[in-house]
Amino acid sequence: MPLTLDDVRRVARLARLELTDDEAAVQLRSINELMERFESLRELDVEGIEPTAHSAPINNVLREDAARPSLPRDEALAGAPDAREGCFAVPLILEAS
Amino acid sequence: MKPLTHCSLRALRDAVRSGEVSAREVAQAHLDRITEVEPAISALLAVTADDALAQADAVDAARSRGDKIGPLAGVPIALKDVICTRGVATTCGSRILAGWKPPYDATVAARIREAGAVMLGKANCDEFAMGSSTENSAYGPTRNPWNLACVPGGSSGGSAAAVAAREVAGSLGSDTGGSIRQPAALCGIVGLKPTYGRVSRFGLVAYASSLDQIGPMARSVEDAALLLEAICGLDPLDSTSVDAAPFTATAVTRGDIRGLRIGVPREFLGDGVDGPVVAAVRAAVEALCAMGATAEECSLRTVRHSLATYYILAPAEASSNLARYDGVRFGLRAEGGSGHAGMTEASREAGFGAETKQRILVGTYALSAGYYDAYYLRAQKVRTLIRRDFDAAFERFDVLVTPTSPTVAFGIGEKSDDPLAMKLADVCTLPANMAGIPGVSIPCGMDRGLPIGLQIMGRSFDEETTLRAAYAYEQATHWHTLRPEVNR
Repeated sequence: MPLTLDDVRRVARLARLELTDDEAAVQLRSINELMERFESLRELDVEGIEPTAHSAPINNVLREDAARPSLPRDEALAGAPDAREGCFAVPLILEAS
Repeated sequence: MKPLTHCSLRALRDAVRSGEVSAREVAQAHLDRITEVEPAISALLAVTADDALAQADAVDAARSRGDKIGPLAGVPIALKDVICTRGVATTCGSRILAGWKPPYDATVAARIREAGAVMLGKANCDEFAMGSSTENSAYGPTRNPWNLACVPGGSSGGSAAAVAAREVAGSLGSDTGGSIRQPAALCGIVGLKPTYGRVSRFGLVAYASSLDQIGPMARSVEDAALLLEAICGLDPLDSTSVDAAPFTATAVTRGDIRGLRIGVPREFLGDGVDGPVVAAVRAAVEALCAMGATAEECSLRTVRHSLATYYILAPAEASSNLARYDGVRFGLRAEGGSGHAGMTEASREAGFGAETKQRILVGTYALSAGYYDAYYLRAQKVRTLIRRDFDAAFERFDVLVTPTSPTVAFGIGEKSDDPLAMKLADVCTLPANMAGIPGVSIPCGMDRGLPIGLQIMGRSFDEETTLRAAYAYEQATHWHTLRPEVNR
């Protein structure tokens, strides 16, 4: 079933994307066009087939739980749009009631 | 000696090592070439001339002191701008990372430097490596050196064009669904996607983590092999890197292909593949057989589902990976919106381009409550079926030979209003990412003045056989020796 404009708006909210009305309409069209292609997957019988998360022949890679130097704080903060007192600064998360 | 910008990576390495030329001369010749052609090509987002000359001088100083110099000493290269370089802006072709300077090097960037290579710049790409034409870059398109009205392919289009236009001797790209091989084909160079796990992804800005792989791009198979040798291997910083049998370039250039069993899957030669491309691939198979290989048509029943599988799995992973661009720790923070959530939404709205937003939306939808089983989980199971198809084929064959791209390079703007048509450009390359196997594209013909690419896929971690077949073909043909004029 094709997506509706409301679906696109709902998903955009989940993904923290603010779309203009024009953008939402254009995205709706191309997403539906792409998702028509997904229908072919329904033809396949995948009963009992294990999913593949990645193709590398490895799992559960462990290492020693040893302390090692991490990125110095000033370097980690250097790319931040707003850093103060050794912290990332952000707008208010909760408004005071 | 011929002009330095006409030399192979191997020849430059040997000349620097023997003292025939200095690393500084090599770097300067290529910087001059960049100045000459870059206004026409726009392959590079940043040229790091001062750093490059300093690094070249360090190579020369080490050599004159008699110190051991690395296997790529003095070789000029470019890195795709999704590969983190400490202190050098890494934008991913996105507005959201404009001016961001990584605080660390990607493992491949560090290994390339340790090998003595000299980085001349960062190469343009589709935003976050999402695209097939490099038109999705926020910094403008790169042009194909063979025809400036055409795209270079993508997403590693800058890496491909810079090599084809002889601005650098080699480059690194990344390949999630064909982003090394397809631009290599469209620009007439060699591009290898290694086996998933062969090369560390640490410091590669993530698009779809279960598919992304860094690989070499160069003007010959041997040059690509030398780059792969320098960057491959286990890395404690990437838990998906694999401790595989070591890869060496000399193993590729030794030996022949007598007795090599070639499979030619018919699904890659059907509707939608241009006639001249089919003819060139069939001629290439004949050329390989003339050298002692045997070839047989075969079928990979499930590969036609690769496009759908890819466009569920990759966007799903991307929607998660790109959640980190929230205007807090790095990148763009836009004014507007109310509070923290509003700031994040405004930043992402202003920072991401249309294709990136589309993939985030599709991926978020495919992972959302009520749709996970129907899309994401089902696609992961289909990926298993596709892998099994390849496993079965590799019981009968050593390599599989197909076109890299169904067409030669298309015009700039020709597909930019048709996202689905653009996605079909990757239909021949996506299956190798689904299966995790290596694939290389090499030049195998020309159509209307534009290069045609031949794709050779091999078994997991058997880059050696894959590249040996490519090397044998290259030695017997002249396609890799053709050079674009770069008309301005």
